[in-house]
Amino acid sequence: MASTVSSDARVDVAASPPRPNVIEVRDLTRRFGEFTAVDGISFDVREGEVFAFLGPNGAGKSTTINMLCTLARPTSGHASVAGFDVAARPKAVRRHIGLVFQEPTLDDQLTAQENLRFHAVLYRIPSDEVNERVARVLDLVDLSDRRYDRVSEFSGGMARRLEIARALMHVPGVLFLDEPTIGLDPQTRALMWEDVLRLREEANVTVFLTTHYMDEAEYADRIAIIDHGAIVAIDTPQALKATIGADTVDLQTTDDVAAVAAARRNGYRVEAGADGVRVFVEHGETAVAPLIAAVGVPVLHVHVHQPTLDDVFLHYTGREIRESHAEAMSPRVRAFTRARRR
Amino acid sequence: MSSAAPPANIADGPDTVLREEVRTAGMVWLRELIRFERTRARILSGLVQPVLFLVVLGYGMSGLVGTTAGFDFKKFMFPGIMAMSVVTTAIFSGMSIVWDREFGFLREMLVAPTSRASLALGKTAGGATVAAAQGTIMLILAPLIGVHLTALLVLEIIGLELLMAIALTAFGVFVATHIQKMEGFQVVMQLLLFPMIFLSGALFPLNGLPGWLGVLTHVNPLTYAVAPLRQVVFAAQDMPAAARQRFPASVELFGHTLSIGTEIAIVVVFAGIFIALAIRGFSRME
Repeated sequence: MASTVSSDARVDVAASPPRPNVIEVRDLTRRFGEFTAVDGISFDVREGEVFAFLGPNGAGKSTTINMLCTLARPTSGHASVAGFDVAARPKAVRRHIGLVFQEPTLDDQLTAQENLRFHAVLYRIPSDEVNERVARVLDLVDLSDRRYDRVSEFSGGMARRLEIARALMHVPGVLFLDEPTIGLDPQTRALMWEDVLRLREEANVTVFLTTHYMDEAEYADRIAIIDHGAIVAIDTPQALKATIGADTVDLQTTDDVAAVAAARRNGYRVEAGADGVRVFVEHGETAVAPLIAAVGVPVLHVHVHQPTLDDVFLHYTGREIRESHAEAMSPRVRAFTRARRR
Repeated sequence: MSSAAPPANIADGPDTVLREEVRTAGMVWLRELIRFERTRARILSGLVQPVLFLVVLGYGMSGLVGTTAGFDFKKFMFPGIMAMSVVTTAIFSGMSIVWDREFGFLREMLVAPTSRASLALGKTAGGATVAAAQGTIMLILAPLIGVHLTALLVLEIIGLELLMAIALTAFGVFVATHIQKMEGFQVVMQLLLFPMIFLSGALFPLNGLPGWLGVLTHVNPLTYAVAPLRQVVFAAQDMPAAARQRFPASVELFGHTLSIGTEIAIVVVFAGIFIALAIRGFSRME
């Protein structure tokens, strides 16, 4: 269900006329003494995109987002957000962006409405528009019925949604979300993503987010994979997955040697492993039936594997990013992936 | 939302900027009041300590000191206890920035495209209002102590409490901007607040202290804030000369008795310095 949301809402970049860039980054670098947290990165984000910065903890994601939000100064290089240089016009940048941090920044003694009104004043929203906007953003994140409730009574997911609503109060051009789903349960995370993708449509906002959850990055239009402060790959999730190759079907048969020979005769690309046969195919799920017919020996076990962003990350960094909640990848697959990189 | 008006024009004139900064400070002020009103437990616990001092210390010392022309030690203490209540609440309110940092809300304020001075001033005004309110609540004890209240006296008390509260809240804000951790808060309360209260003349007359302690009382801003409060309260009482002799209210400096105007002026200067330091501290926070 989650993937349906993302494909429906995904902007078809190729079909629409070229959109202007709302974020432009050139050779952006940040050093802390000897340590280079962000190492000369360059990229653009187009208007209306959902753009994900994907990388392990400590890869430079937060440092990058802090520089773009003018909370940290670049050591060198340039970045502009919503048309303003982050170093030269920090206040102008802040007026045109919405920020949601990893840690909550709500006053839980105040009600949802009071938190929003406070924000409205900080961002100089005209008094006569405040009420209308409070209603509008609460509606966007589906919290209209909690308008007069204190934030201390909110669940973690509701509080996060309220923070997103608050970040949209001043109609920002870009919404920055730093690890927006951290600390939320999987169900709440999925709901939050629906919200984010809907906002892009309804609020016409560009979304820049960081995450270390592979499964979440799939929702984005484009992904930049960052590791050790550098961008190692940047593209759509589909294109990234395509770069590391086809689907694979692993077979265990009564006679693997015969199966390999038979599959090769039928034109399949095959590798023999220690405990089975690996066949590389265009589309794993539809290839299974003809493949079983082609090998000519009884098949005991079939496993179809489609490349995931985990594989992409592994391909580019040689390391895994995955969290314990993700399904474990067999060491064999890793060996295959490394072999292909060489 | 794309149809909504764009964010406020950044090329606003000075009038608009000033109006917006005042609006910001007003919002920060309002938040302090809302929070104060919602934490009734804090209001109550803010009353317990001064009442305890007044009852236990007041009655205990009254027995020891005795009554001079119908005027006892509890009456002497009463204005001091009010001051103590104001000061504790003021510093606590100013230092609630440490809480704001801990629970994240400080970040919402610091990243906003607004001037830090407005935030610092709003916080100071809010904390000061709350502190003066807390001190004024103490007036309900006046009949019990036998302190006579007039409408004018109440107004004078509120005015002096506000001034004292502004100075001390700004001081609390200044200190809080230099504290990263909650533990630092406890240290400050122990090392600064209590000595300041004890060496201010709030709880006992300052005459007859050894020289080095006398110096400390005279560099203590609170000394000059407590004295006027006591003077206006005493002025409204039917107080014989003997009692005035026994329980002096004014500050003695270099052999001179300071006038209430001088004392107030000194507090104003301290307030100005603390506000400047609070704004500077707020501006440098990350």
